[in-house]
Amino acid sequence: MIERRPIITFLAHLTLVLGVALVAFPIWVTFVASTHDAVRMTHIPLPLLPGDQFFVNLKTALTESISGAGSLPVGLMMLNSLIMAMMIAVGKITISLLSAFAIVYFRFPFRMGFFWMIFITLMLPVEVRILPTFEVVANLNMLNSYWGLTIPLIASATATFMFRQIFLTIPDEMLEAARMDGAGPMRFFWDILIPLSRTNIAALFVILFIYGWNQYLWPLLITTEKEMFTVVMGIKQMLETAEQSPDWHLIMMTALLAMIPPIIVVLSMQKMFVKGLTETEK
Amino acid sequence: MKTRNFSLKSILSALLSTFFLFNASSAIAVTEIQWWHAMGGANGERVERIAAGYNESQSDYVVVPSYKGNYTETMTAAVAAFRANEQPHIVQVFEVGTATMMAAEGAVYPISAVMADVGLLFDKSVYLPAVASYYEDTEGNLLSMPFNSSTPVLWYNKDAFAKAGIDVPTTWDEMESASRALLASGMDCGFSFGWQSWVMIENFGAWHDIPTGTQENGFAGLDTRFTFNNEAFVNRLNDIYEMSKEGLFKYGGRRGDSLSMFTNGECGMWMNSSAYYGSMVKQAEFEFGQTMLPLDTDVADSPQNSIIGGATLWVLRGKDQGDYKGVGEFMNHLSSAEVQAWWHQETGYVPITTAAYELSKDQGFYDSNPGTDTAILQLSLNAPTANSRGVRFGNFVQVRDIINEELEAIWAGIKTAQEAMDDAVERGNALLVKFEKANN
Amino acid sequence: MLKRVHFGPSILPFLLVAPQIAVTLVFFIWPASLALYQSFLLEDAFGLSTEFIWLENFTYLINDEIYLDTFRRTAFFSFTVAFLAMSTALILAAMVDRIIKGAIVYQTLLIWPYAVAPVVAGALWVFMFDPTLGIFAYALNTIGYDWNHKLNGGEAMTLVILASTWKQIAYNFLFFIAAIQSIPKSLIEASAIDGAGPLKRFWTIIFPLISPTTFFLLVVNIVYAFFETFGVIHAITQGGPYKATEILVYKVFYDGFVGLDLGGSAAQSVILMAIVIVMTVVQFRYIERKVEY
Repeated sequence: MIERRPIITFLAHLTLVLGVALVAFPIWVTFVASTHDAVRMTHIPLPLLPGDQFFVNLKTALTESISGAGSLPVGLMMLNSLIMAMMIAVGKITISLLSAFAIVYFRFPFRMGFFWMIFITLMLPVEVRILPTFEVVANLNMLNSYWGLTIPLIASATATFMFRQIFLTIPDEMLEAARMDGAGPMRFFWDILIPLSRTNIAALFVILFIYGWNQYLWPLLITTEKEMFTVVMGIKQMLETAEQSPDWHLIMMTALLAMIPPIIVVLSMQKMFVKGLTETEK
Repeated sequence: MKTRNFSLKSILSALLSTFFLFNASSAIAVTEIQWWHAMGGANGERVERIAAGYNESQSDYVVVPSYKGNYTETMTAAVAAFRANEQPHIVQVFEVGTATMMAAEGAVYPISAVMADVGLLFDKSVYLPAVASYYEDTEGNLLSMPFNSSTPVLWYNKDAFAKAGIDVPTTWDEMESASRALLASGMDCGFSFGWQSWVMIENFGAWHDIPTGTQENGFAGLDTRFTFNNEAFVNRLNDIYEMSKEGLFKYGGRRGDSLSMFTNGECGMWMNSSAYYGSMVKQAEFEFGQTMLPLDTDVADSPQNSIIGGATLWVLRGKDQGDYKGVGEFMNHLSSAEVQAWWHQETGYVPITTAAYELSKDQGFYDSNPGTDTAILQLSLNAPTANSRGVRFGNFVQVRDIINEELEAIWAGIKTAQEAMDDAVERGNALLVKFEKANN
Repeated sequence: MLKRVHFGPSILPFLLVAPQIAVTLVFFIWPASLALYQSFLLEDAFGLSTEFIWLENFTYLINDEIYLDTFRRTAFFSFTVAFLAMSTALILAAMVDRIIKGAIVYQTLLIWPYAVAPVVAGALWVFMFDPTLGIFAYALNTIGYDWNHKLNGGEAMTLVILASTWKQIAYNFLFFIAAIQSIPKSLIEASAIDGAGPLKRFWTIIFPLISPTTFFLLVVNIVYAFFETFGVIHAITQGGPYKATEILVYKVFYDGFVGLDLGGSAAQSVILMAIVIVMTVVQFRYIERKVEY
């Protein structure tokens, strides 16, 4: 920071620690739950400190596959989730960058019409239009496919909206300078716009990847082949024990495993958030 | 920053190639039969075993089970699939969806018809009457295949009972005195229950041979209306509310959430499905037992029989006619004594045929696991009457939740039992009217 | 809004918007129109018998007292969640911006909740607050408060607000961090040299400069609170007890997905969509004026 004010730094740390405690506490609970055995997890008070069953549960979750999910190994389910999440994140970012660019930087007929048409998708999330969407996807023969899993989820305007906001903040001088250099629109797009939006692309990638990774209802509807199951579907299946108690220790262990790729994504995107890498300084 | 865009591109191409790799479809030599189910956890594995058993026994058909979520999600998935002409052959539907399935004549293929059409012998009498009667039409044709059925029983903590020096209650008055004794001996609560609409309304009606709705609880017509806001129900619910004020009864949630209250030793008694047996064995660190539901002596002199809950397998129309032979054979395999006995003993669900019940007896299962035949005995206590065959109300999923809400209003002291039940009947009837209109 | 300096019309912009428009048309407009059409129908679950009943589904809803109650409840819930989630995230992001040591650690730990799938998150919160088994319930019991969100509507509402806000803080935090970090250091330094203290710098420089992101998050948070929270409610209270936590979108999902009343549910979605559109237009018209681009 600019000046040294130890009090403020201390306050900042304090707030952050409190924030982390509040926010990360449930994750701690998950971790603790995954280190005990089934019986301990039904007796009050539930444990706050880890037990000794971590590796036992880990082995069970990985090798004995998720019970009831048709013997599909956790690894394969995680691969499905990975593909789905990547396709959604990459797909959405790509088409949104292009659309936002067009809407903000070009004067063309129906410009506002397109904007509102895209924007209206924010108003009705997948869960609410899920049954008609299923019919459409079935009619297009896209059931049980990665395309069917991902493309309907790309149809929402969050990313476009966000990029619009970013592009609107970019100073006009940038475009003028680029034009004087003889750059056409796409050059401007690749060389200037995208680098400037880097931190936001990174943030969006994290969000969208996790959004895709955590999808449950939609994959449930359109997949019947076990090979297409995602890991979140697997976890939910473990939770659905109509007349028995769920195996909390195994569920939490699988949930932990399911959290790992999103965490990796978050960690690797961290460096994009580091201050000082912006090139707007002239 | 061109490097970033290159990595995006390479990721995209990697994905595309993986996609094409994964989408290679395999040629199917045998006829596949799709079975959508809602069995999660260990039961899901057992479902796979049943299918595998059939598949190994012949080579013309392959039954492919798919987990499609919980009961609600599975049913909705099947409906959505049907509308898009992608339906499975067999779908597991919970009992509250019966009216909806029944009313969908163009979509549903009654079991009795399937068997007749493919030329397989089908003897309805092998099935336990209390189980089969729920899923028959008015002419006695079986519409769907019973699969996992259970009935509510009274679970009790034997150790706690010994400590308090009391006997197992058989009437509601005895429930009250037993609860008092349990509290006196140091327990936190006397009893709790779950799935309260099923246990305290539907089964209360059946057990005491009084109706919950007109038109034989909906079996005889779509113009049925609810009747459970009469004295019998209201007085009983009111009594329970009064008991809760003294801590004799504690409410713990709509489904099986209150299980831990029992297994933790907080409550000495619990009224809920017999299928919780597996969980009991795993979790309870005391001796437990199960017995029949208590009788309300103000309403009836002796118990009638209880009704089932759980789910059945419905066959859907619209597939190749040749497939249905496999469906029929699979159903026969499912109902065989060996399969049913195994399923019953593993899960705590009721065996659906008398043969399976006899087999379990012969195998000595009830000797080594005393009390596990309570459910069957309760179900077959008497031949079912019009009031105890079951219920068949439209939109019943939502009605159950209405009943849940109104009951919760009683337990929370917001409404009197009469007010709550009047409201439940009014709101429920509105849904019945809607269902009637939509299915005419 | 169009940039003052921009490109003239050509085929290029059409090509650029084409992918998104295509996806939107096929996977949003088409199904949404189907849903709209369904709101005028009375049909059975399987679609075997349909009856065109015009606005009857709508009149049924408007005359339903219980449905109207849901509006008030939804408004309370949504605005509370949006407000709490945004302000907490902003404070945390501002704090992280202030420190150098350990920033990455804090950031990761604060973003983590977003990685938890809603179904799992719901299960977690049920776990922690279960009146019998839950840690929080146990803690409250020891100080004499009998927590039972299965019976007490206020407690149930508190619980779902907490659970919904929890997830959303992480989301907002992520975007606030990105926004704050992209403010040129030179601006901050210049202001400091002018003698402005940290708080003044925050309100006069940082806050206005991140206002585009704040506006984005405001819209998104309210939409989230109206729509995406149903997953959490579904996992924890299912709208209970006695409807204390049933918000508009939960009712839509419930009636359509669970109750298989497609016409009624479609009608509710239409109403819900109309509300959110109005709110968004209002936000764009009046609040966007204050945003500095």
